Formats: sequence, structure tokens, C-alpha cells
Amino acid sequence: MRSAHGHANAAHPPIWPLYRALVGVGLVCGLLIVSVFVLTGPVIARNEAAALQQAVFKVLPGAVARASFTLGPDGSFHPAGEGDAPPKTVHAGYDAGGRLVGVAIEAQGMGYQDTIRVLYGYAPQSQAIVGMAVLSSKETPGLGDKIEKDPAFLANFQALDVSLAADGESLQRAVEAVKSGSKTLPSQIDGITGATISSQAIAAILRQSSAQWVPLVYRLQGELESEPAAERKGEGETDGGR
Amino acid sequence: MAGADRNAAGAMSTDDFIKGLWRENPVFVQVLGMCPVLAVSNSAVNALAMGLATTFVLVLSNTLVSALRQFIPRQVRIATFILIIATFVTVVDYLIQAISLELHRALGAFISLIVVNCLILGRAEAFASKNTVARSVLDGLGMGAGFTLGLLCLGGAREILGNGSLFGLALFPAAYQPWIVMILPSGGFFTLALWLLLFNHLKLRRQMRESPGNSPVQEATP
Amino acid sequence: MNNDSLWTIFLNASLVNNFVLAYFLGICPFLGVSGKLATATRMGGAVCFVMLVSSVCAYGIHRLLVAIDAPYLQLISYIVVIASTVQLVEMFIKKMSPALFRALGIFLPLITTNCAILGLALFQTNKGYDLLQSIVYALGAGGGFTLALVLMAGIREKLELATVPDMVQGTALTLMIAGILSLAFMGFAGVGA
Repeated sequence: MRSAHGHANAAHPPIWPLYRALVGVGLVCGLLIVSVFVLTGPVIARNEAAALQQAVFKVLPGAVARASFTLGPDGSFHPAGEGDAPPKTVHAGYDAGGRLVGVAIEAQGMGYQDTIRVLYGYAPQSQAIVGMAVLSSKETPGLGDKIEKDPAFLANFQALDVSLAADGESLQRAVEAVKSGSKTLPSQIDGITGATISSQAIAAILRQSSAQWVPLVYRLQGELESEPAAERKGEGETDGGR
Repeated sequence: MAGADRNAAGAMSTDDFIKGLWRENPVFVQVLGMCPVLAVSNSAVNALAMGLATTFVLVLSNTLVSALRQFIPRQVRIATFILIIATFVTVVDYLIQAISLELHRALGAFISLIVVNCLILGRAEAFASKNTVARSVLDGLGMGAGFTLGLLCLGGAREILGNGSLFGLALFPAAYQPWIVMILPSGGFFTLALWLLLFNHLKLRRQMRESPGNSPVQEATP
Repeated sequence: MNNDSLWTIFLNASLVNNFVLAYFLGICPFLGVSGKLATATRMGGAVCFVMLVSSVCAYGIHRLLVAIDAPYLQLISYIVVIASTVQLVEMFIKKMSPALFRALGIFLPLITTNCAILGLALFQTNKGYDLLQSIVYALGAGGGFTLALVLMAGIREKLELATVPDMVQGTALTLMIAGILSLAFMGFAGVGA
């Protein structure tokens, strides 16, 4: 409607039809948008929750329930509420007995083409990354996009060591990518031939994110033990988080 | 007035539909709305979804514009059209999210960018604002079908060559080395250029045959 | 939130993910106005300017929509506000500096409904850039657009002198060149990492 300024001053006398048309169309459009938004809102929220659920269970093998937590300003975890989004939110996964399996953490960083977003699962018991899934990337099809589906590459993340150093504040060894086939340490990632930069990007994303989150999650895992109304496999409704 | 309009609608209706498919095909003949055509045609499924979404917006915006055409003064028509189109695009955006998040992710911002597809504003301005609702719907359907067809030609060709599959079904034995360049951005330019070459060739051949009065209906489907 | 450095954002928007050659945004002016080098340069300037204005606008609108919790108005308000702001700026330039208006003016209305402009607004929102990042992103995108346009115009001016078969002339030829340019720009991938 604000664009009326641009057109209206070119108008000759009867100004009333102009306003009537713009306001009328604006009303119809507004009504339409809001009703569709209200109608599809719950369906979209359910889809998003299902997609998140699936991703969390994929990176945390053995988990059958999840709950989202947000890191509060006081430095401890609170159950995530409406509108809490990834940078400060993590998803805890629980097994059938309600015990903590691990924590799924979202991270992102610059890849070869554009930002890569990943979700990885950290298991405090084994002090290792137990799964990784690429949420979105624009890597070169056929080369860089192997980070999403190459089984040999993804096998790196079944037990990637991120154990803490003695001080409990930093990692013993930082995650790094090495040339394909030359992996010697449990904290190294076997890169993909022909997609060195993409493999290194993944390693860098995990290195950065794990250095920040792993000490925190390890120290606070007691706060995540309890399972506040976690969602079971197959159940629908959800709280926030994307 | 209304009677005359209906008469005209009855007389012209098949042509309203068919001209969008072939004679005035938005992709190959008018070369309109190229951005989504090139950007999301890297697989046949994306191309089809984009084509259907555009058709949906085109038909609904044509309907509303033509229903309101007596009510909208000339001076504010562009602003009103954009408002109407943006509304329907928002609607489509939410509908696609409700149907499949994966599809929504694959199409990305290009769903929102349907708003600035010159094809839709062009049809609202050139056709729907001057014709009856029935004819405008047919015109929207025809143009939308033509656009979808164009997208499918591109998406199909790029997916077959670039990925060795069509609609996700593998066509070639595993030994086939896909032409990755076809699903990269440059492949979009090349494929569209090749299709345009084909169309230019057909046009030139027709001109050489010197038959200006020929009916486009005979060659309606490529 | 996004912590990409400004330099990364600039390189990324102008070279690695060039709006025209990698994202296919703004193809219409790219095909239409790339015939003459002089026109292409001015068009590029106008696009940079509009991108800058709309990037700031989009940032403001996004903050407002977040504040009133109305995400469903995003698209409609982007397009309406950007279109009317550019029109206001155009009138302002016409009054204040006729010389500048002659250089950029005729392109402004053409550009406003160009998908590169709306695309820029949507991408910067999706990526969660703050104001400074958005401005740098807009400058990079505009610079990249101008670069692509000027390269294309240069090549097409040379092609005027070449003999090209009838069948290939026109859009088909331009698209093929664009494809080759796009391949060349792929070489920039990884620069911003």
C-alpha cells in the first residue's frame, strides 16, 4: 500500500477509487495470507519437528526420544521453549530406558561453495562424536557433495574421538582432516579424494563447534540426564527449534 | 458488454490455451522468466514442482486480476498486481512447506522469487486486465503449461545427462560417467542455448517453406 | 546469526557465488542490456545503488517483522517497500541531480522488479546477516553483477565483427557465452573459504 505514493501523485482527480482499490486489494490479500498461514502453520511445524527428529536419531544411534535444551545466560541448560533456535540450542537423545545417549549439536561454516550446515551427535560416555549428517550444502555435485552420502567418509563419524584434556576445558586433540587413507589417530577424519576443501571444511566446522560445546556438555551432562517430556519416536507434536 | 465478452470467450477459448503451449511459449519463444528456468532445472522433479507452483500463481493471479479489472484504476494497477501476485506466492510457499520440506529446501528462495517472474506480471498486464475471468484462467493455464513444459525439457535433459537418471530413476548402467557440468550452473546456460537453437532452426525452416498461414495446432506437441 | 567475515562475504557474493553466473539472478537485464559496454557499465552502477538501498530496507523490515512476529508478511512487504523506496529515491535524484539521473535514472524502474534485488534481500535474511554484513553483501553482489555484465558486453561487442550463423544469433549465442563465463567463474570456488 505504501507504493501508492509512487503512483498516486501521477493520478488525476478522483483519488477515491485509487484508495478504494489499494485498500480493498490489500484487505483481500491480507486475509488470504493470514488464513493460509494459520491453516498450514501446524502442518509445517509438524513436518519440521519430524525432520529434526529424524536427523537427531540418525546422528545418535540408539536414541528413541529427544528433548531440546537451550543454554541460558546463567551458563546452564534449560528446556528449550518457543522460538529457541540452534546457535544456543542442542537436542538431547535418550534410549528406551530414558538414559542419555548423547547430544545432537548443529554447527555451520564456510564450505567450498557456500555455507555448510551439519548436525553431529556427541556421546559424553564414550567422549566421541557418534554420527554426522549434512543438513544443507551447495558443494559441487559429484565431488564435494560426497560429504553428504559417501559411506566411507561418513564412517569417520561413527566414533570420532573428542575426549577432553586433563583440565576439562579443552580437547586432547583437535579434529582434523587428513589425506584419504592416512588416518592414524581416532580424532582424524579420512578426507575424500577430489574433495579436499569440502572434507577440510567439515573438519573445521566440527573442530570449532566441538571445542566450544564438548567441554560444556560434558560438564553439564547431569542437567541433561533428566528427560523433560521428551518426544518418543513416532509421536508428532513439538516445542520450538528448527 | 457481458454478452459480447462471453461470446468472445467462447470463440477464442481453445486458442487462449494452446498459444501458451507452443506459438507464444514463455520459455522458448518469449524467453521470459529465465531466472527460475535456469536455476531450478537441475533435476526433473524440481523443474516440475517449480512449473506447477508458477502455474498455480499464474492462474490464481490472472483470475483475481481479471475479476477485479473494473475496480482497479489504471494508475495503481501495477502496484495492485504486484500485491496480488506476492500474496499468491506467499500462499504457495506455505503450501509447499506443508507438503514437503525437502522440496521446499531444494527450490529454496526461488519459490519466493516467483514474484518477480516477468511472465506473471506480463500476463496480468497484457491479458487478464483486459479479458474475462474464463479467458484469463485459460490463458494462465496455457502459459503455465507452456512454462512447465519448457522447464521439464530443460530439467529432463540436464538430469539425464548430468546424473544419468530421470525423476530419480537411473536410466543408464552404473558404468555411465555422468556429465557433471550439466547440473552445474553453466550446464543450465548451455542446455537452454541448445533448446533455443532447436527452436530457431524450426522457425527458420518454417520461414523457408514460405507458409505464413499455417496453423500452429498441427505441431502443438513437440 | 552469522559470523562470516566481511571479506569472505564480499568475495563470496561477487565471485564465488556470482548472482548472475551461479545463482541465475537478474538474467533478464543480463541478456537485455549487455549489448553495449557503455550501457552495461551504467546499468551495473544503477544495480549496485538499488541493491544497497534495498539491502538496508530489507534489514529494517526484517527487524520490524521479527519484532511484531509476522513472518508471513516478509515477501509482500519486501517487494512493496523496496519498489516504493527506489521510486522515491528516483524522484529525489531527478530533483537534486539531473546529471546523475540521466546516467542511472532510466534503469531504476527496470531494476526494481529484478529478481537479483529481491533475491539479495531474501538471501541476506536467510543467512542472518547484520546491518554491516548486509551492506557488504549488497556491495559484493552489485559488484559481481556489474563484472558479469561488463565482461559479457565486452565479448558481445567483439562478436559484432564476427560472422555467426543465422540460427545461433541472438539469445542462443548470448546464453552459450554466459555458460562459458559461468564455467570460468567456477574457478573462483574455494577462494572465500
